[in-house]
Amino acid sequence: MTDLTQAQVRERIAKRLASRHRKEKLFRGLGVASIAFGVLAVVILFSDIISKGSGAFVQTAIQLDVHYDAQVLGIDTVDDESLAWANFTGVIRQALRERFPSVTGRSAKRELYSLVSSGAPFTLRDRLADNPGLLGKSETVWLATDDDVDTFVKSLKASKEGFRGRTSDQKAGWIEQLLDSGELKKRFNTTFFTNGDSREPEQAGIRAALMGSLFTLLVTLALSFPIGVAAAIYLEEYAPKNRWTDLIEVNINNLAAVPSIVFGLLGLAIFINFFELPRSAPLVGGLVLTLMTLPTIIISSRAALKAVPPSIREAAMGMGASPMQVVFHHVLPLAMPGMLTGAIIGMAQALGETAPLLMIGMVAFIVDVPDGITDPATVLPVQIFLWADSPERAFVERTSAAIMVLLSVLIVMNTCAVLLRKKLERRW
Amino acid sequence: MQTPTLLALLLLLILVVYGTGFSRALGAARSLGGVRNLASLPSYYGLFAALWCGLPALLLLGAWIAFDDTIIRTMVLGSLPDKPETPSGQNLLYAQIQNLSAGHLIGEKTPQLQSAADYLDRLRRNSSNLQAFLSLTLAVGLAAFALLRFSPKLCAREKVEKVLRAILIACACAAIFTTVGILLSVLFESLRFFQSVPVSEFLFGLHWSPQMALRSDQVGSSGAFGAVPLFTGTLMVSAIAMFVAVPVGLMAAIYLAEYASRRVRAVAKPTLEILAGVPTVVYGFFAALTVAPFIRDLASSIGLQASSESALAAGLVMGIMIIPFVSSLSDDVINAVPQSLRDGALGLGSTRSETVRKVVIPAALPGIVGGVLLAVSRAIGETMIVVMAAGLAANLTANPLESVTTVTVQIVTLLVGDQEFDSPKTLAAFALGLMLFVTTLVLNFIALHVVKKYREQYD
Repeated sequence: MTDLTQAQVRERIAKRLASRHRKEKLFRGLGVASIAFGVLAVVILFSDIISKGSGAFVQTAIQLDVHYDAQVLGIDTVDDESLAWANFTGVIRQALRERFPSVTGRSAKRELYSLVSSGAPFTLRDRLADNPGLLGKSETVWLATDDDVDTFVKSLKASKEGFRGRTSDQKAGWIEQLLDSGELKKRFNTTFFTNGDSREPEQAGIRAALMGSLFTLLVTLALSFPIGVAAAIYLEEYAPKNRWTDLIEVNINNLAAVPSIVFGLLGLAIFINFFELPRSAPLVGGLVLTLMTLPTIIISSRAALKAVPPSIREAAMGMGASPMQVVFHHVLPLAMPGMLTGAIIGMAQALGETAPLLMIGMVAFIVDVPDGITDPATVLPVQIFLWADSPERAFVERTSAAIMVLLSVLIVMNTCAVLLRKKLERRW
Repeated sequence: MQTPTLLALLLLLILVVYGTGFSRALGAARSLGGVRNLASLPSYYGLFAALWCGLPALLLLGAWIAFDDTIIRTMVLGSLPDKPETPSGQNLLYAQIQNLSAGHLIGEKTPQLQSAADYLDRLRRNSSNLQAFLSLTLAVGLAAFALLRFSPKLCAREKVEKVLRAILIACACAAIFTTVGILLSVLFESLRFFQSVPVSEFLFGLHWSPQMALRSDQVGSSGAFGAVPLFTGTLMVSAIAMFVAVPVGLMAAIYLAEYASRRVRAVAKPTLEILAGVPTVVYGFFAALTVAPFIRDLASSIGLQASSESALAAGLVMGIMIIPFVSSLSDDVINAVPQSLRDGALGLGSTRSETVRKVVIPAALPGIVGGVLLAVSRAIGETMIVVMAAGLAANLTANPLESVTTVTVQIVTLLVGDQEFDSPKTLAAFALGLMLFVTTLVLNFIALHVVKKYREQYD
């Protein structure tokens, strides 16, 4: 060491310093890269979902001159019973044959008929039921096309050829002919918001799942908020510090981290097998989600209670209020905004939860819109899971669109929570 | 009487009783010369009467609703002279009787079934009448009792507060009940499973194929319940997830806490937290439809064979999901490191990165380790991503490009669909659930302990 001249030392330090600064830059770069990775993941996730799903908000429809021929329909009057039996499929087929008179042969005709959705006869039935005077007359209507046609038309923009799938050259020719003449166009997909689930993508909608989610959330909120707040009040304001309350505390913290699917197993074994509550019902779903969100709500409610300064309690106490009055008249109203934000966040979690609901049978294929909390129902995330598994290509965009709906609801809820917290935040 | 009507009637009764108690207290106060001469405020007398009226009746109603089906079922089955021995046979028979009484039986109608169905109808009618009668009598009787006990000297407030306090305690115990419920339900079914499959085979067996035979001579008739492939699959997916989440989450937290300007932090932090709010089913869809095909194409372009459902895709996406979890936990502990430690290190001439690496991280290490353990338990218990993207085949493999299956995937596949609760196939799901519960509980316990211990250091 002593042999080194001052210049050598300086040179060494300079070298070492350069390498240390390089390392500093590298470290900082890694930090930036990590943030960038996370942000990129958000951007890719959202743009992927939006680009896949935006198509589902429009739906291809075909214009046909329909003649409500009493003979083809096989009815003479318009009433509920005859409408149920009427052959609207025949009417549509006739209209298609008239539009393409040159098509002959069984297989070609079958292909022609497959242009229109299998749900189209119901559209016609509803129209005739609304205007009984139409019987025997003609009318120009727009009917939903089959999902293959829909997918083909939507993919035409992306590439010249388009996604063929089950579409033959002949059918593609008809479709292009119809597109050129303006008899095939895309319009807003109301079906997606008004229908329940269906095996046919063009008739599948999210209404049933949305209602199911709503009922399930109502049950969850009605149970978990009062119970959670009550538990938080006891633990924060009354509980003596002993082994029993320690046990409760540890338990709550642990329950917050138990995998959600285990709550599903609990629901299956206790609510369904033991108490024999109805399967697939929002009631059971709500009960399971209650148990799941309870820890979240208790923890956030306790934080809100803790944030109320002791001076408030002491002042109330000094005025002669009983401990119960102190809490219910003075502390609770001040802590309420914080508890509400916690509840909204808990509800957002419950809304996005899927796994425990699979266990209690909410994966069933359910078409009807539920009317109450004991009707069979499905919820939005489970609907997404079911559609994601469907083989039809048209379901990909429906799934993505349902995800967009779910995410927007979640974003609204979280924004509410943030705004509520900002608005009601107060400092003592 | 239908239960909703009964409930509405009870609520109405409670309101009326509250009103009566309240007005009686007011009346007594008037004759005594003011509310201050009562022992409690008038509303407490109302509440006192309402609690006596409503609480026992509602509790009775709840218990009734919870247990009447079970009791009726036992009575109906008990009335039958020759019933099947097995529980599943009894279930079938009871379902037939129920269908007959509801008026849509498929199959032949024997006189024995018919009489059982009539008996069921009678029991149900009696049960609902008795339920209405008992709960209403209880409500009215106790309300009358409470109102008769009314006197201006009665300390209604203390009594009401005692009840409210008991209700608060009961709510706080809900967490304990939930844990006990989980343990009992999972343990009970698991024990039934271990009666037919030895524990050692379940824990150490290398072969998982949980089919049960419909006929005894069927190929592969006996199921195999060796769960090791599931454990390794779970570990592999979780390891990949942690491999993504820990470095990225930790570095992001360090950058946000130590380097980022206020504005960058204000934008980047909530953006990362969006990842935590996205439902897992959305990640599953993303993994299955975007990431997995991408990985397969990428692998085949460099000459590797990748399955369309791979551990890598599921793990990668799960890692992305866990990033905000790791980063927010690390952020907390990094911020909790006292500024004086940093100032000391900087004052001695360290660069910022040296301060972070040699001072901040070691000081925050226990907290970070605790956070990572919590993240691991989350990865092990995560379900939807692996259900949608990891696959169903129980492969014992170390290749992340192959499809693997996990504990949670198997629980879902075993329990979704038609089930019978006396076959090892469905009971196996509960045994897996028990494993999952115990594993995550232990991990969480250690993690919470580590975090707590660390927190006390700078106090």
